[in-house]
Amino acid sequence: MNNIHLITRRSFIRNLGLASGGLIIACTVPSNSSKDKQKLRAFNGSTFEPNLFIQLKDNGALILVASRSEMGNGVRTSLTSVIADEMEADWTMVTVKQAPGDAKYMDQNTDGSRSVRTLFEPMRKMGATAKAMLIAAAAKKWDVDASTLTAKNHYIINPVTKDKLFYGDLVADAATMPVPENPPLKDPKDFNFIGSDLKSVDGKGFASGKPKYGMDIKLEGMKYVAIARCPVTFGTFTSYNKEEAIRVRGVEQVIEIPKINRPFGALGGVAVVATNTWAAIQGRDALKVEWDNGANESYSTDEYTKMIVDNVHKKGKEVQNIGNVNRAFTNADQVVESTFVMPHLVHAPMEVPNATADVRSDGTCEVWAPTQDPQTARTEVATFLGVDLAKVTINVTFLGGGFGRKSKPDFIIEAVAASKAINAPAQVVWTREDDIRHSYYHAVSAQYMKGALDKDGNVTGWLHRVAYPSITSTFAPDTGYAAGFEFGMGMTNQPYLLENILCENAKAPAHVRIGWYRSVINIIQGFSINVFVDELAVKAKKDPLEFRLNLLGPDRIVESPDGYNFDSAKLKHVLTTAAKNAGYGKPLPEGHAIGLAMHYSFLSYVASAVEVSVNNGKLKVHKITSVIDCGTAVNTSTIEAQMQGAAIFGMSLTMYGKITTKDGVIEQSNYHDYQVVRMNETPEIDVEIIKSTAKPTGVGEPGVPPIAPAIINGIFHATGKRYHSLPLKDHGLV
Amino acid sequence: MATLTINGKKHTIEADSSMPLLWAIRDIVGLTGTKFGCGKGLCGACSVLLDGVSVRSCLTPVSAAEGKIIVTIEGVENENKVLQEVWDELNVAQCGYCQSGQIISATALLASNANPSSEDIDTAMSGNICRCGTYPRIKSAILKTAELNQNSK
Ligand code: FES
Ligand code: FES
Repeated sequence: MNNIHLITRRSFIRNLGLASGGLIIACTVPSNSSKDKQKLRAFNGSTFEPNLFIQLKDNGALILVASRSEMGNGVRTSLTSVIADEMEADWTMVTVKQAPGDAKYMDQNTDGSRSVRTLFEPMRKMGATAKAMLIAAAAKKWDVDASTLTAKNHYIINPVTKDKLFYGDLVADAATMPVPENPPLKDPKDFNFIGSDLKSVDGKGFASGKPKYGMDIKLEGMKYVAIARCPVTFGTFTSYNKEEAIRVRGVEQVIEIPKINRPFGALGGVAVVATNTWAAIQGRDALKVEWDNGANESYSTDEYTKMIVDNVHKKGKEVQNIGNVNRAFTNADQVVESTFVMPHLVHAPMEVPNATADVRSDGTCEVWAPTQDPQTARTEVATFLGVDLAKVTINVTFLGGGFGRKSKPDFIIEAVAASKAINAPAQVVWTREDDIRHSYYHAVSAQYMKGALDKDGNVTGWLHRVAYPSITSTFAPDTGYAAGFEFGMGMTNQPYLLENILCENAKAPAHVRIGWYRSVINIIQGFSINVFVDELAVKAKKDPLEFRLNLLGPDRIVESPDGYNFDSAKLKHVLTTAAKNAGYGKPLPEGHAIGLAMHYSFLSYVASAVEVSVNNGKLKVHKITSVIDCGTAVNTSTIEAQMQGAAIFGMSLTMYGKITTKDGVIEQSNYHDYQVVRMNETPEIDVEIIKSTAKPTGVGEPGVPPIAPAIINGIFHATGKRYHSLPLKDHGLV
Repeated sequence: MATLTINGKKHTIEADSSMPLLWAIRDIVGLTGTKFGCGKGLCGACSVLLDGVSVRSCLTPVSAAEGKIIVTIEGVENENKVLQEVWDELNVAQCGYCQSGQIISATALLASNANPSSEDIDTAMSGNICRCGTYPRIKSAILKTAELNQNSK
């Protein structure tokens, strides 16, 4: 434990925007593999570049700098509570400050459901270190052995004399104490906050409209900007007429935004600058722009989907080959085949992309934006402006939802380009139409599965062939094939114990920007596998629950180089628990049935049992029962909320989600033709969190993948009809 | 020139009478709690109370709001403070962005129906989208507020 730093440099403190004075502790977190050993190093100098900070002030106020973005994931509360817990802090003394984008915080990208997972241990150690130093300071004051003292609720206590010392009164002395080598961590059974349903630190603000999101930033002299972008991805304008735009009251000028050919660069376009948002949008809509649509003009998703369906029926590129599937199919008693088709999706977070930038004459640039990844934004802004990173400040506002969309800084570069062009602070606002039509889309996909059953209904062969445009096409030359990390989201790491497996990838080049979307490829591969196993169960004339449990085989551990091993018993346990909680196997109302699905993603185990019925051809989802094993549950209220949210997000994509293109143009535009689930369609959602003392794992995303297949399986068991493509709106079911 | 009465305060603003109330409130008056979500009356993020009725401010021109009593999220504490407290207590919000509109619609519902059923809530709240999926807790919060208000009578 030698990499915890006491930071005393005032300039450093000022940089953080914290009041100086008080005890600050920082520590490093390994940026990549969790296999890297956690190291905490003692420090009194000036070169350390930390990513986490505690500040304890002499009035007792405890401030945590949150390095990850708050987008509904509750991370400002959960991360804070871990430190406060180890520190035996009084929760009412805690406030949270948001860190700007800076490499000294190590990786700040809030994606992959990994904020708590990667920061849990370091946070505990920071809290424990602070506590140990406060105890040491009290021990010195009282001239007693530190080991006789305890800490509780912001006080160090001498159990013998019953003396108490307030944390705030110990700040000056604690700062002079040596940093302990190995401060003891609490026994999990003594946790105060971890594992509880602690309220959000921002709850009061949320209920009164106070938190500042990107568009809520107002700067002196700031102009509002709306941009006309080419309707076809990567097209450019050839000419434009601004006459009518300029005539809109409030419009000041029309400028050009360059197209930036970088991985997450801007699309470019013609921008209207105005004194208010409304005028900017009106002016933008009044522009007459001629476009050169470019190569993607040929992209129509109807034809494209047919092409990738064709492709998955032909031999593809092998990505996993175990045993001998061909022999298995030859010797099979029954062969089952299915083809799955799913469309592009768009995140459509309630807050549209937006950013405010101030490029100043002294060469500095300050940005305020709802970004999941402030460091990438900082790099891209500095590259665009041709200035040192140090000149660029990225302030992270609250995010009105992200779901992956806001990890790309394209909208930030636009604001910077606009501010630079007009020599004034600029706020770029996207309309909902802009958001739906110029996003980084979840991949359209086709999948082919083929299974062999022997005469006893055992699965003897398993072929899975996938085609979807790869996320890598967004930041590297597109080969038309997907990448290993994408296959590893549910295909090559499928949970069943199978002897003969063949996984292949068929060609699917990208024609729109492809991006991360809550749960990513797990949605695609989790869907096919969970529906296909249900089909196999039916063909084998077995109960779908029993069939799955048998196919999982004897309990086993699959080791993983990152130290997070897959434990099949945990997956079994969430499945049986979900089935039990849902009343699976018990009599149900006439016409109702329960569909099951389970998926391992972001290192967490989730199963869902969904009770549905179909009346007069219309689907009704009556109840969703989900169970998650995410290791140590840091905040049960947040986890329950994320699982409820994931269930509703999963329902939306099952019932409505579909982005299509015709001649390269996205056909949807707003919530009327890109519908999402509303209150009146929301079923009862029951969530159980498995008690565990294992390391915490992902929460934000793993709840999504099982929902769609569980609904499809439920519909089959209620009606005998099997659907292989989404959304259900296309089948007239909603 | 238009005069708007927002949360009990009069604001005289320079704005086109056709400008949607949403942008007048946000960009000219400077109250940013009311949010933009769709601009087409589809999501409810921009909801405000106009003479006690929850309306979509993105579709309401300034001219239609003149002379009426406008309440935004910043003024809800004078309408239904308990609702806001319950919202916080039940940890309803996730990203929080839609919540201003949700609370405005819930305030209007409880003002006209002190004891709403689950179906009443569905009907009154289905114009407000929450992409984070906080619907179960929104419903619990409305039911609990109704119960607290009943008990305090
Ligand atoms: S912004 Fe007004 S209803 Fe969506
Ligand atoms: S809380 Fe995020 S959209 Fe409702």
